[in-house]
Amino acid sequence: MKTEKLMMKGNEAIAEAAIRAGCRLYFGYPITPQSEIAEYMSRRLPEVDGTFLQTESEVATVNMVYGAASTGKRVMTSTSSPGFSLMQEGVSYIAGAELPCVFVNVVRGGPGLGDIQPAQSDYFQATKGGGHGDYKLLVLAPSTIQEAVELTQLAFDLADKYRNPALILADGMIGQMMEPVELPPMRDLSTLPDHSDWALTGANEREPHKVTSFNIDPYGLEEMNKRYQEKYTRAVREEQRWEEYKTDNAEYLLVGYGTVGRILKSVVDKLAEEGIATGVFRPISLWPFPYTRLRELAEAVKFVFTVEMSSGQMVEDVRLGVEGRVPVHFYGRMGGVVPTPDEICSAFKKLL
Amino acid sequence: METKIAFGGPKSLSGKEFTYCPGCHHGIVHRLIAEIIDELGIQGKTIMVAPVGCSVFAYEFFDVDGTVAPHGRALAVATGMKRALPDRVVFTYQGDGDLAAIGTAETVHAANRGEKLTTIFINNAVYGMTGGQMAPTTLLGQKTTTTPYGRRAKNDGYPVHISEMLSTMVGVAYLERVTVSTPQDIRNAKKAIRKAFLAQIKNIGFGLVEVLSTCPTNWGMSPVEAQRWLLENMTKEFPLKVFVDKVGD
Repeated sequence: MKTEKLMMKGNEAIAEAAIRAGCRLYFGYPITPQSEIAEYMSRRLPEVDGTFLQTESEVATVNMVYGAASTGKRVMTSTSSPGFSLMQEGVSYIAGAELPCVFVNVVRGGPGLGDIQPAQSDYFQATKGGGHGDYKLLVLAPSTIQEAVELTQLAFDLADKYRNPALILADGMIGQMMEPVELPPMRDLSTLPDHSDWALTGANEREPHKVTSFNIDPYGLEEMNKRYQEKYTRAVREEQRWEEYKTDNAEYLLVGYGTVGRILKSVVDKLAEEGIATGVFRPISLWPFPYTRLRELAEAVKFVFTVEMSSGQMVEDVRLGVEGRVPVHFYGRMGGVVPTPDEICSAFKKLL
Repeated sequence: METKIAFGGPKSLSGKEFTYCPGCHHGIVHRLIAEIIDELGIQGKTIMVAPVGCSVFAYEFFDVDGTVAPHGRALAVATGMKRALPDRVVFTYQGDGDLAAIGTAETVHAANRGEKLTTIFINNAVYGMTGGQMAPTTLLGQKTTTTPYGRRAKNDGYPVHISEMLSTMVGVAYLERVTVSTPQDIRNAKKAIRKAFLAQIKNIGFGLVEVLSTCPTNWGMSPVEAQRWLLENMTKEFPLKVFVDKVGD
């Protein structure tokens, strides 16, 4: 397979990865720290006969994504925290209408206007249903630019596989940082999944297709919900993803995702120099959360230490996974503050 | 004996029974749209976007591909479809609450971009499905369930004139306000709807037809009284007019 190695900013790498995954439609509204995705798309999509549209709002954006996704074509948008809040109604409709598409939330500090620094305080919104109704997003959290490229591609495939929106949950650090990346080759559009059995393309010599999240009959709507839940059950079975670092003989397990997951590797190395055996469990799929493997690992350690750039959101899933087998401790920084390895080390050592 | 069908419904209606009240104009307007789709021969390439409101089931009534948008967002959804499939015909069907209150921004910006879309805008001066609350187009003095003393400008502002607003936008290719209260009005409305579709098909720009319509149920009138009330009151506030015509004959 032919690959190229380039030095790229996270936001631009995500955009290029989406195009190489066969995405030819992008709708978006500028918001820091991810506007480079829109800028890159505005330059790059016309080169590949794609469509870029700067919208009037995130509310319009998510509904344009709904419309484009209903034609069966690969489509994406990107935004940052307040923008993703605005999109939640549409995200719920898209999940209910079972439309594949990809969202990118480059998370910044909140709540409210917050700031534009990296944060992880949108975990609940991403994984527990930010909009109304019983639905789930397929949520993937990269910790390097290379991984952001790979997960962006995976997000499109998972969205198609489950006919469900997928979300890349990054943070300002992943969006703004530059790293060398290997880009995959361009996807041949003729190899993309066939959605002709449901997509809205005009009922030419076939029965009309109807795509909605709507059923006025409660029993009918319950049946639709059962169908969603079956998909989610399947995703829980098949799509749990994580990375482990030095977990083999670890006495303590450190858990973090995204940017924190990457910092925790330095923490493990520092602690090893002091003779403390720790390992990292880094969830990659935040939904479905990799509970099963976490539970196995937790049984072999003295306690679990979760670190987040939030007041403690993913730690609730860690506790659900650990099921009280060992204590679960937490250290968090808020407001867009990225914790240093030293800070995390000293917070950890206080627990010993 | 050989039998010939001398009269029937348009092919582009599914035949599903309408859910509308007696005297409501949705049925007439649905039929006109379906006749135009038939006459233009575009049934197999048309996609419709229904709104939230009384016409939420419109996607079931037309025999074309369709969806129902979140409240107010039909023109954003339609924009996404049309940008994905530029050679298809995409239309939205929206009421006054949907298009002129919660969806004002989507309406204005789709028109401003000159999206190659067609919109049929039903203005009946009231929220129908939720039970008769004030609409952005409710007339001053008009009683609704949320303006029990009549709409007062001091508290509620003034009726919104969507066609007048959009008439300033360069992206608009066809824009007319019509009604379907008399046979003559119906013939004229059909011509307007045809042109609003041609504005899209000929790739000229955005086409919108505002149809002043009755809501006898929520106006608390008989169908005949509602027709009279519309002609005597609504057409004064919202004059029937061709605002933009770049389609020609």
